[in-house]
Amino acid sequence: MKPSLDTHSDMAGTVWAAWRDRLARLIRPLRRLGWLGFLLRRLAGALPSLCGVIVVTFILTRALPGDPAAYFAGPAASQSAVEEVRHALGLDRSLLVQFGLYLQDLAHWDLGRSVSSGQPVASDLLARLPASLELTVTALLLATLTALPLGVLAATRPGSLVDHLCRIVATAGVSLPTFFTGLLLSFIFYYLLGWAPAPTGRLDPTFEPPATLTGFYLIDSLLAGDGELFFACLGQLILPAVTLALFVIAPIARMTRASMLGVLSSDFVRTARASGLSRPRILYVYALRNALLPVLTTLGMVFSFLLGSSILVEKVFAWPGVGSYALEALIASDYAPVQGFVLALAVLYLLLNLLIDIAYGVVDPRVRLEA
Amino acid sequence: MAREHGLTLIALVLLAGFAVLALGGGWLAPYDPLATGVGASLAPPDVHHWFGTDALGRDILSRVISAARLDFGIAIAAVAVSFVIGATLGCLAGFYGGWYDRIIGRLADTIMAFPLFVLAMGVVAALGNTVANIVIATALINLPFYIRVARAEVNMRREAGYVEAARLCGASNRQILALHLFPNVLPPMMVQISLNLGWAILNAAGLSFIGLGVRPPAAEWGIMVAEGAQLIVSGEWWVAFFPGLALMLAVFAFNLLGDGARDLIDPRRRS
Repeated sequence: MKPSLDTHSDMAGTVWAAWRDRLARLIRPLRRLGWLGFLLRRLAGALPSLCGVIVVTFILTRALPGDPAAYFAGPAASQSAVEEVRHALGLDRSLLVQFGLYLQDLAHWDLGRSVSSGQPVASDLLARLPASLELTVTALLLATLTALPLGVLAATRPGSLVDHLCRIVATAGVSLPTFFTGLLLSFIFYYLLGWAPAPTGRLDPTFEPPATLTGFYLIDSLLAGDGELFFACLGQLILPAVTLALFVIAPIARMTRASMLGVLSSDFVRTARASGLSRPRILYVYALRNALLPVLTTLGMVFSFLLGSSILVEKVFAWPGVGSYALEALIASDYAPVQGFVLALAVLYLLLNLLIDIAYGVVDPRVRLEA
Repeated sequence: MAREHGLTLIALVLLAGFAVLALGGGWLAPYDPLATGVGASLAPPDVHHWFGTDALGRDILSRVISAARLDFGIAIAAVAVSFVIGATLGCLAGFYGGWYDRIIGRLADTIMAFPLFVLAMGVVAALGNTVANIVIATALINLPFYIRVARAEVNMRREAGYVEAARLCGASNRQILALHLFPNVLPPMMVQISLNLGWAILNAAGLSFIGLGVRPPAAEWGIMVAEGAQLIVSGEWWVAFFPGLALMLAVFAFNLLGDGARDLIDPRRRS
């Protein structure tokens, strides 16, 4: 028996359903476009989240402590000067108009100006984004390359030493505060062993940074054909990247193990075994591909962790990325960069989730064909 | 089997130890955690100061002990807030469906559309730099998990035999939700709570590490690690090490407990 609904929401529900049908009819021809249609459908699916993100960031901007007009006018400003700034910023209008102005600014890539650096926030963020991306992507690669084999090993030998190790590493890994692991690693590998360079930034000051092509130092130094520079950059990168990776190995390895266990006991693997296919072929070609889907889903959460803890790691290693930019602004009570940073990372996260969706389509053709 | 219960037991012992520290911190700490100059500046661990002293000559052992109350307090308050609000919203969404479900689901999706730590940072920056706002931010980013668990569990059971029996006996929707469905949602929620407590401590400590929320000279694990961060590359490892270790053990214990609880409640879901 269904709990009774009052007629009002019932009617609203019918209207909603009618709209959804109309939308579905609009989108349906996209299916004939194959891959392009799949991409367009996924893009459309990300729109509600984008709207939510923009509304929340707007609310956060308006919830600033104190009076932004008084803040921008400066401490010595008279009452009339503050009112003038308030008018210039549009803060005397209704919230709805302010939201419109906010959208207009966003459409022009205008995230406001940093009070401390005097630069537009958008260009500041853009200049520092490659450093953060280089760190995060390297960490993700490291984590995936460790976690996938670990998870597969644990799944093929349940109850073995490797399996228990996987379990312990998984629980310990998610318990590590990234900022603490980072400090510990730099103490061991820089102070005690002297293997790693000082944990201060992307490149030792004795080196000249490579000419900017992609903004990724590793790629740029390779393109410039400078091997010594490449290894200097790699040396600086390795500790922060390992720190970040340690934190996310756990969820990936855990999900790989659980998912592989499920797949390995399925009929098609038994058939493959009975047909005499080689073990590596069964494991890595047939089983792993099927086991990857739930792992891809976990990657969404993993990205959330990665982007969040990259702020902490950037602080520990004085890494000149967007995270440390936002932290400097936060300490100086300079709020436009902080809000811009939150919005930028949320959009980046949306894009990454979109990428995961697309990867889903690559791994599993059924997803591509579904409406 | 025995091994897994052993791990859960270790977790319980660890947590009991932390609870003693949090409740009796004042008596147990050998020195005043805020008093400067009780020892030499930056003295390594010795008989008088087991964990050494920091740059201001404060006893680190006393500070680690007295920080337990603040860290656990923040985490428990945040998880309690998100449990109460999240369970209520999730039950409503799962039971009534329709617009309740759509709006509450959209709320959870919007929160999850952010990298969660980044959202927490933005919220504390916007609301103001206080401990209460750390609790609010941590509660907010935990909310979607409670909403989802409660929604799924209620939705699964809302047409169960005992619910129909209660309805036939004349129970109202509210009575069914509160007396018949909610108690059944509790066990999976407990697993969530245990896992989330560890995560909440980690988040709160991360926020204070970057200078949000708790202000010095208050003793809190995250801020103590931050105070020792500059010193670790010059060899004074103990300033950051002991608070970091305490933090790690607390989170580890909660995660172990959560795993153990999950195994107890649903042995099939073991992974």
